[in-house]
Amino acid sequence: MQEMNNEKKPLIVAFCCNWCSYAGADLAGSSRLSYPADVKIIRVPCSCRVNPMFILKAFQRGADGVIICGCHPGDCHYTTGNYYARRRMSLLFSMLDYLGIERERTRVEWVSAAEGAKFSAVMNDFAGKIAELGENKRLEDLRCKD
Amino acid sequence: MQRLKTAMIEKATALLTSGEVSKVLGWKKGELGFDVEPAVFTSVDSLVDFTYDAFCGANLSKYLVEESKKEGKILVFLKPCDSYSFNQLIKEHRIKKENVYTVGIECQGKVDPYKLKENGIEFVTDASETVDTVTVNGKEFKKEEIILGKCLTCTKKLLSYDDVISFNEKREPSLDRFEMVKKLEAMTADERYAFWKDQLSNCIRCNACRNVCPACTCTKCVFDNDNSGIASKANSDSFEEKMFHIIRAFHVAGRCTDCGECSRVCPQHIPLHLLNRKFISDIDRLYGEYQAGEDTESKGPLTNYTTGDVDPSDVFGGK
Amino acid sequence: MKKIALSNIDLLYKEIAGAQELYLPVKVAGATNFKKFEDGVEVDIKSLQTVKSAKDLFFPQSEDMMEFKTSGKSIEVIDARKKAEPFVLFGVRGCDLKSFEVLDKVFLAEPVDTMYQAKREAVTVVTLACNNPETSCFCKVFGVDASNPKGDVQATIVSDEMHFEALTEKGEKLLSSLKCLEDCEGKGVEEEKAQIKEKIDALPFVNLDLTNFKGENLMELFNRPEWEELSKACLGCGTCTFVCPTCQCFDIRDFQTNAGVKRFRCWDSCMYSEFTKMAAENPRKNQMQRYRQRFMHKLCYFPSNNDGEYGCVGCGRCVKKCPQSLNIVKVIKKLGGNK
Repeated sequence: MQEMNNEKKPLIVAFCCNWCSYAGADLAGSSRLSYPADVKIIRVPCSCRVNPMFILKAFQRGADGVIICGCHPGDCHYTTGNYYARRRMSLLFSMLDYLGIERERTRVEWVSAAEGAKFSAVMNDFAGKIAELGENKRLEDLRCKD
Repeated sequence: MQRLKTAMIEKATALLTSGEVSKVLGWKKGELGFDVEPAVFTSVDSLVDFTYDAFCGANLSKYLVEESKKEGKILVFLKPCDSYSFNQLIKEHRIKKENVYTVGIECQGKVDPYKLKENGIEFVTDASETVDTVTVNGKEFKKEEIILGKCLTCTKKLLSYDDVISFNEKREPSLDRFEMVKKLEAMTADERYAFWKDQLSNCIRCNACRNVCPACTCTKCVFDNDNSGIASKANSDSFEEKMFHIIRAFHVAGRCTDCGECSRVCPQHIPLHLLNRKFISDIDRLYGEYQAGEDTESKGPLTNYTTGDVDPSDVFGGK
Repeated sequence: MKKIALSNIDLLYKEIAGAQELYLPVKVAGATNFKKFEDGVEVDIKSLQTVKSAKDLFFPQSEDMMEFKTSGKSIEVIDARKKAEPFVLFGVRGCDLKSFEVLDKVFLAEPVDTMYQAKREAVTVVTLACNNPETSCFCKVFGVDASNPKGDVQATIVSDEMHFEALTEKGEKLLSSLKCLEDCEGKGVEEEKAQIKEKIDALPFVNLDLTNFKGENLMELFNRPEWEELSKACLGCGTCTFVCPTCQCFDIRDFQTNAGVKRFRCWDSCMYSEFTKMAAENPRKNQMQRYRQRFMHKLCYFPSNNDGEYGCVGCGRCVKKCPQSLNIVKVIKKLGGNK
């Protein structure tokens, strides 16, 4: 444990919707497009399944960045799910910013099943930004750090 | 104020005597003059303790969630801010409306006991008020010096009532309700972080803000549910303070009528309404002005959408 | 006796804090609570009361007990209790001091609570007489003399000076170690105390009638119909229990970290729906029963089990802090007198 802590890589949690973005990640893989290994994908039925609590808990458990990926607006498998997610996340991210938590640590991206390349590009870009920001300090739970 | 109280007692007496209602939800006198408490009166005789004065800041609407489900019709006196909460609860099917007789009453701002204490008054022997002043124990105060924070910015009107008692005396708000939100938004992230860190570190997780909130009516709160994995009775880490308050405010976003009870009841005086108002101001800015509780039909901003809504990443104007 | 001018009192804090940890009323974001003295904090000794009581120092709101760490198939058990270093608790009022006695009866009775005991033994308490008691104070009802609280050191503010008298060996040791204090006769201290007594006698709640709370009529009190009305407005929040200096109920919980489990204890409130929840559910199903439990405990059960010592010290925090203005005074007025 100790040695690993010394050179801590940023940990990223990506909530991906089952129908588009998760398939997009698959495509990225099968197309041999790379994205950082520190991105941990959690498959959700729809981007609107993501409760604000999931995001906070991800940070609590040691995530340095959280990204939510869903179908493009208009293409939701359940017709409207991502529209609701869009509103919720807009408000939540704005609230995190209001509390002084770096706004770059959270992001929403629309990635379709055909966009393997976009998935890889988005994750590389996001991981880069998070690496610049460094460790999540403002929304950490010290009890989960040792 | 005295004539309002007299009219209210007359109304309550008449409705109780005629049998139209069997209970009255109002306020009861306290021991120190300002410590009035919400109470249910079941007989004309018990109305001797009934009071309505400059200290009746408590919002009565939430009590109706339980009371309206009991037998018999209940008369409730609603201040303008309470009437918004009432409407919102009707919209969410939390109150059985057919069991409630609502009487709207006028309000010109309620006194904050803490501010009174700062002015050296801890025991109220007599109090009277006009639209812009309150006189307590013979000492006159301007309303803006002495009323609750939630009343300073109040622009609410009386909505939804079966009957109304009013002498058409309306107090104009002394402050813009988003002033402090804007001030915080204008700070740097570090300053905001420091501000909230200090404020929230005082939180003792007494849950008063949650329990008083008329929008918080879940039968079992996620923070009380051991199976939720986040139930906690104390903040053992500063993370939990933030988690609780973000989720509390988020859960009522779009449903919060801005009644200000959360900040009124906080034993540590944490300005919790600033979290709720941030959501309100964001909703107004991003999805059009919306006042929760203004009607009993419309869709709330978080249960609604348009195809052209802004992307979360664009909220701050570009990635 | 010793004294120091109030204008120099920072020197005193610094000198104490130089030798051991010092906890005293500190204002953060407008609210005063007992906190550690550090350079730059805003000490608020003039406020009569802190929001949270001084019990926080012996029985913190949450406190680590032990930790379990897993690696592979083995589990390591770690003692997470912090060692109690000597510390000074400064500015304790009479009511809070009395509450230590009440808590001692719970935590120092067999089986002794070692976490509490360690901190209790490590402390040197400096009490402060209440120059300006508030309307909500009724400590006199429970036998507290707020003008003369007997801690290890007793401090009294007389005009612009603070006078100190050591009452125990620990107190003597603390006072003699402090160089910033000057010797004095304690002029004016007795007069100040007499004045405080007079002020207290004039407060509205100091003559509350407790005759009905004797412990013999438990069932009668328990079944009184007034509980329903008294508890009507109760929100079921924990404000009263968390600001109370004598409430001592706690819960033990596990927190799952990434590498194991941390076990801690934290304050619990009998006002909460999940308090003393058992396999089936909570034995007290509605708010009236929970409300009744709190006051019956303080005024009946506790004295019955502790030689008549009440579980309330009359600090008045619940009077000031209850969101809906319910409090123990209203209960005593309704049920305390002989009927």
